[in-house]
Amino acid sequence: MKTLKFLIEKEFKQMFRNPLIANLIIFFPTMVLLVFPWAITFEVNNIRVDVVDHGKGSYSKRLTDKVEASPYFILNDTPPDYETAMQAMERGEIDMIVEIPTTFDRDIVKQQSSRVGLAVNSVNGSVGLLGSNYMTQIVNDLSRELASELLHKTSHAQMKAPPSLPRLTIEQRYRFNPQMDYKLFMIPGFFVIILTILCGILPALNIVLEKENGTIHQINVTPVHKAWFILAKLIPYWTIGLIAFIIAIFVAYLIYGLWPAGSIFTVLFSGIVFIISVSGMGIIISNYSETLQQAAFLVIFFILIIILLSGMFTPISSMPIWAQAIAAINPFTYLTSALRMIYLNGSSLADVSTNLLMLALFSLLLNGWAVLSYKKRG
Amino acid sequence: MGNVIEVRGLTKRFGNFTAVDRISFNVKEGEIFGFLGANGAGKTTAIQMLCGISKPSGGTGTVAGFDINKESEKIKRNIGYMSQRFSLYEDLRVWENIRLFGGIYGLSEKVIAEKTDELLERLDFASERNTMVKSLPLGWKQKLAFSVAIFHEPKIVFLDEPTGGVDPAMRRQFWEMIYDAAERGITVFVTTHYMDEAEYCDRVSIMVDGRIDALDTPKELRRTHHAASMEEVFTQLARQAKRVE
Repeated sequence: MKTLKFLIEKEFKQMFRNPLIANLIIFFPTMVLLVFPWAITFEVNNIRVDVVDHGKGSYSKRLTDKVEASPYFILNDTPPDYETAMQAMERGEIDMIVEIPTTFDRDIVKQQSSRVGLAVNSVNGSVGLLGSNYMTQIVNDLSRELASELLHKTSHAQMKAPPSLPRLTIEQRYRFNPQMDYKLFMIPGFFVIILTILCGILPALNIVLEKENGTIHQINVTPVHKAWFILAKLIPYWTIGLIAFIIAIFVAYLIYGLWPAGSIFTVLFSGIVFIISVSGMGIIISNYSETLQQAAFLVIFFILIIILLSGMFTPISSMPIWAQAIAAINPFTYLTSALRMIYLNGSSLADVSTNLLMLALFSLLLNGWAVLSYKKRG
Repeated sequence: MGNVIEVRGLTKRFGNFTAVDRISFNVKEGEIFGFLGANGAGKTTAIQMLCGISKPSGGTGTVAGFDINKESEKIKRNIGYMSQRFSLYEDLRVWENIRLFGGIYGLSEKVIAEKTDELLERLDFASERNTMVKSLPLGWKQKLAFSVAIFHEPKIVFLDEPTGGVDPAMRRQFWEMIYDAAERGITVFVTTHYMDEAEYCDRVSIMVDGRIDALDTPKELRRTHHAASMEEVFTQLARQAKRVE
């Protein structure tokens, strides 16, 4: 136990002599939160559209205007025919073609209905799907407007009782994140990434570096207990991880106004339980790598799987069963969902207790494995 | 005087390759024991088994009275270890390295502080107290590493090619330190490439292809091999090696 003090002292001295560390604590969380939330978004904006207007009437002009005014679309051009527009799509200049028929205005006046052609480039699936949804909304919107205008006119002119037109609309209310802001949804995920890099990856690389330098040999030949050696390695990284986490929380508040609807202490407590589990994972990786290259490869391999199968970017419920099984044994899953619950739903410690119990279980398993797989004797 | 190291049939295999092949020898308390052999003869592997950082594939033995198979952590409390490559933390200062290893071996703050002053004084190193180890010249690093290895007064110190890469004057100084340590009762187990250094040892063993082919005082070895120097003895034996590195 007494030796632990000397080992921790050594790790802190080495850490603060490394100029990278100060940058990591302050700039790393700040940069991640400044940049990533804008880049990683599932909102589809700026869909480029060509409108081929064969009718050239006042109603078809209104539809074109509506497309142009929409925040989702950029009106690229209004070419004279479909072929020209198709060529533009083939060149990758546009994502969507709206084709308005010659009879558009007349059909609306006579039959109160018309058809609009929609061609979407679905190479990028989400642009295709969301783009056509947005466009359908615009068309529906216009048809509703026109219907009420026409109804108005006819009822005035002919003084007939207006025909009852039953209309069902779905009114959606988005709870907990009323603006449907993806940034707010993603930020807890970035907290998880920050903690993983500082508390999982860095100590792993540090230990492998000692292997490469040979200094770990000098430690292994002493009577120091391996659990103390590992603990002394981790404590400094837990400390900077926690500091960076707090900085990240404040940066998220200052820039995005995001503050946990639940208790900040629940947020920090969840973070601490996660930190312990993820650092165990890092130590395991370092125990199975002899060189930095090997360790870096393993880290990249596992990080990709772990992040993609954590529900951070895509909902777990829509994954195939085998992927859901991996997500269920992934610490990331539990912290990401716990943080989202506390931040957006205002969940309490009791509400996230299942998540925290799972994380505690991972901490126990992973760190146990880490100590067992650390070999002082080859 | 008794034996501090007793080894019978010590073997280490890596897959099909036998790095150390059933070696047996004793090291007496207080002696300087030279452990010679060409590159790849199995010296380092043998040392690592004695120090408890490599598990023997076969054989028995004791180091400082403890079983090499079962009590490796107890052995570690009683030995010091230094090698050319694996030494001190480059990004710690001189006093910080001394303090760290003193602390790891369980010395108290007070003892560490006193012994550090005394050590730096003796080495004429007091002015380098706050120097980062990375900015010391190699010869100084080695002297410091040796001093750190015996800082906790172990029964035995293992030196794996401690003088590699430094000039003869520095090597002589280093051997003076080894003699000092031996005089204080520390048994020295040393591997080297330099045959002139072999002459300084009380007894010498020569490893060829994982076996110990000769073990005696330098004088006896020269006599039985009809050689004028240890260099000749070594060349005669090493020539029989079949292992290709």
